[in-house]
Amino acid sequence: MNLLLKNISLPLADFSLVVDVEIQNQSTAIFGPSGAGKTSLLDLIAGLRHPRSAFVQLGDRVLTNTATRTRVPTRHRQIGYVPQDLALFPHLSVEQNLLYGCKENRNSNSLFGYEHVTQVLEIGPLVSRRVTNLSGGEKQRVALARALLASPQILLLDEPLASLDTMLKSKIIPYLARIRDDFKIPMLYVTHDWAEVQALCAEALIMERGRIVRRESIL
Amino acid sequence: MTAEEWQLLSFTAWVSALSTLIILPFGLATAWLLARRNWPGKSLVETVVSLPLVMPPVATGLILLKILGERGPVGGFFYRHFNFDIAFTWRGVLIALAVMSFPLLVRSTRLAFEQVNPRLEQIARTLGASNTRVFWTITLPLASHGVVGGMLLGFARALGEFGATIMVAGYISGKTATLSTEIYHAFNNGEDAHAYRLLGFSVALAFIAVWSSEWFMRRKKSR
Repeated sequence: MNLLLKNISLPLADFSLVVDVEIQNQSTAIFGPSGAGKTSLLDLIAGLRHPRSAFVQLGDRVLTNTATRTRVPTRHRQIGYVPQDLALFPHLSVEQNLLYGCKENRNSNSLFGYEHVTQVLEIGPLVSRRVTNLSGGEKQRVALARALLASPQILLLDEPLASLDTMLKSKIIPYLARIRDDFKIPMLYVTHDWAEVQALCAEALIMERGRIVRRESIL
Repeated sequence: MTAEEWQLLSFTAWVSALSTLIILPFGLATAWLLARRNWPGKSLVETVVSLPLVMPPVATGLILLKILGERGPVGGFFYRHFNFDIAFTWRGVLIALAVMSFPLLVRSTRLAFEQVNPRLEQIARTLGASNTRVFWTITLPLASHGVVGGMLLGFARALGEFGATIMVAGYISGKTATLSTEIYHAFNNGEDAHAYRLLGFSVALAFIAVWSSEWFMRRKKSR
């Protein structure tokens, strides 16, 4: 699937996010230092930020076109977003978090069905727990599962491993690889850790001060 | 407790509770708009909502009397079309209490809404939730302690209201008299024992309401 980001202009605190890029790879990293505008770019794709100008097209769907004042509401964008702080709903159980955006019937055996997603991410035993009682790695998997259960057309992952120690990172990376391989949905992966890029992505867009300065293929 | 005192106490508690329930939907909407949206005239609305907190209650009561009286725009309308009075009836008491406790409800609720991480609401939207669903399933449950605390604070304010009530509803024993207007009336008439008994009831009620409100707020903070 194609993600086309054209004529993007979004003023940030110290600089403007200015992007013109077409993404075709299944798993693409947005790599750069903190404060480079990576999260703002994901927010913009998800419709959570209002750009000065932008043309965002996912597959054959135009999500944002400021020239024609087109702006698909966030809830209709079919985007799975896992933010850096995971944003699990603290007042709900794991199961309630998972079912919040679940499009499929609970008993469906489809790719994005509850059974399949919880099985792939091995969270079956966690469903009756409160999210506040989960470990860092468990929270990570629940957030990923919740995003997948909404049957997204693209997955936006904002530094999903940033808060984990090296040991936990090495445990979660195989789950992310499994998502990439099993679900076959495009993945935009924001990180400032090159090892994660190499482990999970086919391509990296290097971002500095709101601009994509380089594009690298990962062998 | 005499039958009259019991009637007075239950009327005050009932009318205070009803006024709190009536302002709840408006308070929630106003607090949410102030906490989550920027719009032209926002600071003006913020100021108007807070006015009853700083204006003399008697002045607020006078404004209400002018609006709700038989010759006022609202009171006159109801008198002409529905043949009932608002001023100097229990309805006047209800409106005076509602107006005076509204700012407290809005302030507590707004603070509670502001403490809900907006990222949670944004992510709920990415999961397909409408603004209404986000409000009922994320914002309100997470702010519920602040909202309940605000309601209790508003209820406590209503229990002790005097200035606006006496202007809009006067003192009519058995009809518009509340705990505070009755204490004033009893003390003025030299019925000290009666006044002190009522004072005791009002301290107990206010203590329970404020203590419960603080307890709810504390629970929120400790979560």
